[in-house]
Amino acid sequence: MSMEKRVKYKSSVKDRGTLGSLKISEVMLLFVPNDPKSDLKLKVQTHNIKSQKYTKQGSNKPPWLNLTNKQGRSHIFEFENYPDMHACRDFITKALAKCDEESNKSVVSTPSEQLSMAEFELRFKLLRENSELQKLHKQFVESKVLTEDEFWSTRKKLLGKYSIRKSKQQMGLKSMMVSGIKPSSDGRTNRVTFTLTSEIIFQIFAEKPAVRQAFIDYVPKKMTEKDFWTKYFRAEYLYSTKNTAEAAEDEELAVFLKPDEILAREARQKMRRVDPTLDMDADQGDDYTHLMDHGIQRDGTNDAVEPQNDQHRRSLLQDLNRHAAVVLEGRCIDVESEETRIVAEALTRAKQVSKANQERLERMSRAAEMEDLQAPQNFPLAPLSIKDPRDYFESQQGNVLSEPRGARASKRNVYEAYGLLKESILEIRMTGLSDPLVKPEVSFEVFSSLTRTISTAKNIIGKNPRESFLDRLPKSTKDEVIHHWTSIQELLRHFWSSYPITTTYLNTKVAKLKDAMSNTYSLLDAMKQSVQSDLRHQVSLLVRSMQQALDAAFQHYESDLQRRTAKIA
Amino acid sequence: MPSVVSKQYSDDVSLLVLLLDTNPLFWSTTSITFSQFLSHVLAFLNAVLGLNQLNQVVVIATGYSSCDYIYDSSLTSNHGNLESNGTGMPALFGSLLKKLEDFVTKDEELSREEVSEDRIPSCLLSGSLSMALCYIQRVFRSGHLHPQPRILCLQGSPDGPEQYVAVMNSIFSAQRLMVPIDSCYIGVQNSAFLQQASYITGGVHHTPKQLDGLFQYLTTIFATDLHSRSFVQLPKPIGVDFRASCFCHKKTIDMGYICSVCLSIFCEHHKKCSTCGSVFGQSKLDDASSVSDKKRKAPST
Repeated sequence: MSMEKRVKYKSSVKDRGTLGSLKISEVMLLFVPNDPKSDLKLKVQTHNIKSQKYTKQGSNKPPWLNLTNKQGRSHIFEFENYPDMHACRDFITKALAKCDEESNKSVVSTPSEQLSMAEFELRFKLLRENSELQKLHKQFVESKVLTEDEFWSTRKKLLGKYSIRKSKQQMGLKSMMVSGIKPSSDGRTNRVTFTLTSEIIFQIFAEKPAVRQAFIDYVPKKMTEKDFWTKYFRAEYLYSTKNTAEAAEDEELAVFLKPDEILAREARQKMRRVDPTLDMDADQGDDYTHLMDHGIQRDGTNDAVEPQNDQHRRSLLQDLNRHAAVVLEGRCIDVESEETRIVAEALTRAKQVSKANQERLERMSRAAEMEDLQAPQNFPLAPLSIKDPRDYFESQQGNVLSEPRGARASKRNVYEAYGLLKESILEIRMTGLSDPLVKPEVSFEVFSSLTRTISTAKNIIGKNPRESFLDRLPKSTKDEVIHHWTSIQELLRHFWSSYPITTTYLNTKVAKLKDAMSNTYSLLDAMKQSVQSDLRHQVSLLVRSMQQALDAAFQHYESDLQRRTAKIA
Repeated sequence: MPSVVSKQYSDDVSLLVLLLDTNPLFWSTTSITFSQFLSHVLAFLNAVLGLNQLNQVVVIATGYSSCDYIYDSSLTSNHGNLESNGTGMPALFGSLLKKLEDFVTKDEELSREEVSEDRIPSCLLSGSLSMALCYIQRVFRSGHLHPQPRILCLQGSPDGPEQYVAVMNSIFSAQRLMVPIDSCYIGVQNSAFLQQASYITGGVHHTPKQLDGLFQYLTTIFATDLHSRSFVQLPKPIGVDFRASCFCHKKTIDMGYICSVCLSIFCEHHKKCSTCGSVFGQSKLDDASSVSDKKRKAPST
């Protein structure tokens, strides 16, 4: 139900108000101004309204209704007359009351389901992807046989695996090199423009620790971030256009062009840390920053002579190696922030932590012993205790219960039997093999029966021994049979796990499950009748085992019920 | 005698180990007499030996209280001048029958000494299976050139549940050695052991309906060597009886308790597993009366 009234909307008391119409429904209030050019359209959800105030009829004030929403904003509506205002007010009151009641109800009924949105999403996704699961879910949870919790409690593995899978993978770094970023240049003016994203910043910081250190030092004390990057890229540009002479004069630019001290230091440390058992020969020449290379510069030109500014020379090989090392290491920090400074600091911290780890490993490796260089140790031996298997078999013999079963072997019978046997052997020794060995008609009968057995077996089981009977059923029947089987399994699992019954909750659960099982039983019967006659026998065999499982459950239920009522009575 | 090395072993050379059921309690109650049965079997053995010059046959008798080897075709002492005094028996099997008779006498003495327990009149299948497997293992270790072994179990006596563990162990050893166990059951009830044995090891199981045509069954189904089985269609059973017997009372059961450490089967709740010694936790049942409710399909209580 809804109501529509003509009102004037005022955002505050002093406001003159805009004419429009207010439409109220149970869930929402909508104010549309008469003037289409004005943009004062207002939409308020009913449960957002916290309180309402109104002017009294008898007073001199015009009929106003003041609604405050949960965020504290208030909306004032001026009605044409008091009855209108009263009607609206009552309507809103009713709507609010209903809202409250609903929210209370929903809070009360799910005290234990503190599920996060993420889990809900996960469940929903699983149901969407697995149609079989969805069918089961629909059959049981929506018909209130099982609750959501119970349904998912046996599938924790599914949920857990899925959520873990999502968070395992880490994004790696791009393999394009930073120096590959070419600026865009404007043909008209003398400006070149570099674009900078946080990815690029991260990569620069990871590859060039000196730049990172410079950033931490200079920004924001000496210059702003923008300035810093401008200088950096200026240095790069100058270097690429071989204007290093000019760059060397500016102190800050020089920082960017010098060979990276921090990097060199790290490389030296790594060298010292190489385990001598791995490589006894590691020395300074193994440092990849000092490789003998072909003198190829970054942009592919070959440098024959460049004696001056030698210190600013960086070769392609060094850059490539450094970049590759960083990419392989991956993202060593988890900071997602856009703040450049935070990223820089986090990287520095990460490096320090890894250094500390390295020291620890170093100490451990020094303390570790080399086994083949030590004296032989004589551990005290514990003797094996292998039991004599005969004991086991003899104990088993002793456990045999003596129960009268079948034909008793009394002494006299045995004696007689042996006598008969010996007679037979004597007989055959005398007379030899019987002649004819086998009568021809008997032989023929045997042959034909065997042929029949083998060929019918082939028809029933199929040429391929691995082919199952299910594949020969029409698809709908096969799906039905399989669905019944999975639903019976689900029901039985919950049924048997509820015993022994200790609480009333379990009692009701078991009763509900039993009803569902009887339902399935009758469905199975119906299916058996509806199948074609030539397949009926096999299908009934399949159905029989399912029905037997259900029968066992019913039996148990009945006997348990009887026992409990007998106890109470 | 030319040296063995020069012999050429083709694909279809087989070593057949026949486990013959000589349980007197069974043979006193059947329609076919033991002598008729023996003639079918001996003719069958002859046929197998005739299929290939290099085929070998070993016969082990499964008695009531003992088992023994009674014939080995690879021994040269078979061919001798026995039994030439006017009997109808071919000389080839003279020694077999003699040994069989001796065995039966010995078995009789042993069963007389035994305390007469009230047990099912079963034959000692586990013993003869073990002896067969030992012989086959010896053949395997004799070198590269050996015939392909298989075991044929001719039995009529019912299963003795007290032998369950030992029989299952032999079956799994045969599976490991890749030796198929064929079984021909001529008794009245169904034998779960033999069905399981053939199923697990990949052999053939058959229950002949007409015992006077036994020779025909044997030559049609069980004379095929292992190589030919890949292109000869042999009768397949529709279903296999997989019931186990419990370890404590040797009763055949459908539902029971299983130790989660060693997988031993018990028909009732125990505090401790008797095979591996692990202690079981607290039972979740309310009281002792619910235990009896849970026992199902206990035979003849």
